[in-house]
Amino acid sequence: MTERSGVEVRLENLVRRYGTVTALDGLSLTLAPGELVALLGPSGCGKTTALRLLAGLEEANDGRVVIGGKDVTGLPANRRNIGMVFQAYSLFPHMVAWENVAFGLQMRHVGVDERKKRALDMLELVGLGRFANRYASQMSGGQQQRVALARALAIQPQVLLLDEPLSALDAKVRSRLRDEIRRVQLEVGITTLFVTHDQEEALAIADRVGVMQAGKLEQLGPPTLVYSRPATPFVADFVGLTNRMEGTVRRGAVEIRGASIPLVHPDVPDGPAIALVRPEAVALASDGDMQEGPLVGTVIAVAFLGAVSRVTVDLGDTTVLVQVPTSAASQHPAGTRVRLELRPDPVLIQREEAVPAAS
Amino acid sequence: MAVAARSIQRTRWIKLQVFRYVVFLLAAIFFLVPLGAMVEFSTRANDGSRTLDYWKAIPSYPDLTGAIAASLQLAVITSIVMLVLLVPTMVWVRLKLPRLTRIIEFMSLLPLTIPAIVLVVGLFPMYIWLNNNLSDSILTLSLAYVVLVLPYCYRAIDAGLGAIDVKTLTEAARSLGASWFTVMWRVIVPNISNAILNATLLSVALVLGEYTIANNLLYNNLQVELVHLARDNAGVSIAVAVAALLFAFALLVVLAFVGGRPRRVHDEPATALAGPLAASQT
Repeated sequence: MTERSGVEVRLENLVRRYGTVTALDGLSLTLAPGELVALLGPSGCGKTTALRLLAGLEEANDGRVVIGGKDVTGLPANRRNIGMVFQAYSLFPHMVAWENVAFGLQMRHVGVDERKKRALDMLELVGLGRFANRYASQMSGGQQQRVALARALAIQPQVLLLDEPLSALDAKVRSRLRDEIRRVQLEVGITTLFVTHDQEEALAIADRVGVMQAGKLEQLGPPTLVYSRPATPFVADFVGLTNRMEGTVRRGAVEIRGASIPLVHPDVPDGPAIALVRPEAVALASDGDMQEGPLVGTVIAVAFLGAVSRVTVDLGDTTVLVQVPTSAASQHPAGTRVRLELRPDPVLIQREEAVPAAS
Repeated sequence: MAVAARSIQRTRWIKLQVFRYVVFLLAAIFFLVPLGAMVEFSTRANDGSRTLDYWKAIPSYPDLTGAIAASLQLAVITSIVMLVLLVPTMVWVRLKLPRLTRIIEFMSLLPLTIPAIVLVVGLFPMYIWLNNNLSDSILTLSLAYVVLVLPYCYRAIDAGLGAIDVKTLTEAARSLGASWFTVMWRVIVPNISNAILNATLLSVALVLGEYTIANNLLYNNLQVELVHLARDNAGVSIAVAVAALLFAFALLVVLAFVGGRPRRVHDEPATALAGPLAASQT
């Protein structure tokens, strides 16, 4: 395990309004030294605004930004010592890669030889030493973002901010660069805030994931906890796929079509509710009655996802998504009758009108 | 089939090339014939022989050389003032006040719709005040000329700024510790250098060719002096006009060379990455 040497970052009750729209509504978030926190949420949820306030690129209407114990709320962006990688390609087109990386060092009055050496070292760190004399126009998108990462790290910032740096890249490059960012972040040990709308990205590399909605933090926790124990129906809905199944709450469990499933929060009053069930918490039974029963239905589609497949089953009054190993799914092509089994993984419930379709 | 298709494509290409050359030739004739006639006239002696007397006589007209110097100074001052005013304003509007873009564009293009003579009527009281209270130097004309060149330069610089992501580049530079001045000087200006050169060229060309405002405000710039000289010595007047045109042409050539300057040559081949990223050359 790499020793972490970053600083603590605190966002305290941050508020940001644009006219009548409140983009951030009292956001509070603390990043431990060397920690990588991913802010996840739909467009317009305020995650990028939070990052820009931390960077000093926007001013908060209320609240404080504290980095390493120092209140930097009033400091302009150029005096915060923060490295940032942007969503759009941001390399200076008139400079070659090493000049880009050395730019921040030049702003800090580092001598020519020293800054060139450090720039080349940083390019080596991101695996682009050979591309030091290339212009942005001579590099691919992934290479440009890696140079941007080297540039952000070259100034030895207290905090690294990543504003959806992978969103413009294709899937394969995105996956590789994502791992690369995590490797470099661990190697440098820098406190990092990573903003993304891609849940896979957030869950894959973050120490903790914060899910945001309407300018507020809905849940903050380790990726496994956010996924398996979502704090709110919104988090359950946004992170991963969720089946919304009608049921009845009775003594700390919910009965769904004859199956009793424990609740994440058992202290809810009895009565009808919508249970939020993960596709991987549903299985295809290999034996028993395949013709009759509340959980018997017809396979209407099978989506191949590699090692696993996603099977859509029509139960008559609703459809259910089931995620099973591809080997199991291959035995149930579209049109076959199947019986579902609900695993006793704790679920969240929602008190609202029944929504028949899986989401 | 493929051979026939290639043949048709080649025929079309040849026709297109011929059309291009014909258009180029006609345009060249249109521009070069009057220029050639001017050169011919300015080098023809009374007896029909070739002479450079008119050209040699240019320095002997002190009013003319003074006017040339004044016009050149005006061109330089106008260009600098225009750039200093326009570039930061346009960048700031793009970054901080995008809602004002339309208004700024409208205001910048307004001088284009106002005839020069109307501008003079509006400027006249201001210049009377300037002459009485500050200076009666011809260089004060640069104030009027900045307004005159505004529409053309706005368009040129706007095109340059539109070609780069001003917001992201600025924010990247700011996050790396750059002051606003450094952002402008080290990041924005180098990336719109072609647009700045274009705007400067337009500005210089307009100032060197300006007559109406200078004449009506009773200043002697190059064009006003050329008109005066034409009444006295047509040969010298035409020689100076040719020289001014050649000067503008030389500026264009310089612009083409500076703007189209190739980037530095790189030794590094585009080979695969070494080390831990050998598999992730992205």
